[in-house]
Amino acid sequence: MHELSLLENVRSILEAHALSENFQIVENITLEIGALSCVELDALTFAFESVMKDSLAEHAELTFKIIEGQGRCVQCSQLTPMSELYDVCVHCGHFRVEILSGLEMKITELKVR
Amino acid sequence: MCGICGCGDSGGQSGKFVPIKNMSFSPVMSSFQYHHREDSVEKSRLIQMEVDLLSKNNVYATKNRHYFQEHGVFVLNLVSSPGAGKTTLLVETIKILKNFFPIAVIEGDQQTQHDADRIRATGGRALQINTGRACHLDAQGIGSAMMQLGIENNSFLAIENVGNLVCPSAFDLGEAHKVVVLSVTEGDDKPLKYADMFYAADVMIINKIDLLPYVDFDVARCIAFALQVNPSIHIISLSATKGDNFGEWTHWLRSSMEKVIKSHAL
Repeated sequence: MHELSLLENVRSILEAHALSENFQIVENITLEIGALSCVELDALTFAFESVMKDSLAEHAELTFKIIEGQGRCVQCSQLTPMSELYDVCVHCGHFRVEILSGLEMKITELKVR
Repeated sequence: MCGICGCGDSGGQSGKFVPIKNMSFSPVMSSFQYHHREDSVEKSRLIQMEVDLLSKNNVYATKNRHYFQEHGVFVLNLVSSPGAGKTTLLVETIKILKNFFPIAVIEGDQQTQHDADRIRATGGRALQINTGRACHLDAQGIGSAMMQLGIENNSFLAIENVGNLVCPSAFDLGEAHKVVVLSVTEGDDKPLKYADMFYAADVMIINKIDLLPYVDFDVARCIAFALQVNPSIHIISLSATKGDNFGEWTHWLRSSMEKVIKSHAL
């Protein structure tokens, strides 16, 4: 359940930004999560309420922006879609694929007041 | 009633009141007083940012890594499911290599001092971190543990993570390599089932190979799966208890250690 630690980090990021950006309430948090990242969205949503309790994001909602996995095949140099870390190149079947996107775990937008 | 504007809002519900800053114009107000939230006048706004969810851990990990580089400390982060043989691997490693360079171990477990006691019994230095509820070690915890333990220059530090093939994959501790230990009493398809960990690791140890005649574990299949997830993973098969092929591991460790000491001396 490392999602708990990730959310505790989200909470401290919010608290730091509340001072620098001068807001008191967070209404919405947009997270950009890659399809190949180690984050389980259900676990994140499940733990969100308890981690944010008594914080400035107590009543905030979570919005997920999912980034599809994509890699470049080392063998044939073509772009190939990836839904798992171990996916092979769809063009030539080679398994040496350099991941270009899909590992993201970021806060990208806050709705605040 | 609100003490600032005199409205009828009692503010009894949590989240209704906000701290008032810079209220010095009123002699009766302190900065700790609260005023009801003026929903009607406060407008929502959007803030764009790009902050990694692991940013806090990564800052500490970078700090640890700098410290290790400056002091010539070669650090491995050992990860596996519970019972794969991480502690036995370390105990046998210390027995063989303790006369070549100083070795220290940070042990992570949810509870008990048992693993640190096993390391100390070999003459190695060990510090136990009990993570309690937490399922992984983090870089901040390692930073304070290494200060407590007192790491020598030109030494080897092994961090034995909590037995868990999921969570520790995301947390950089500042190590040179993540070493994933997989024993042949587990399934040979674990690299695919727990791909995050095998993707994050640089080295995979297939342990307990002395038990291969008694279990249904296909080493070639396991290696193929691991390479499919991580084509550059370095794989060593051995038995920590019986010593089978243990030399390949200690040789790899000694040559890695020599490189670190050499670059530290430069």
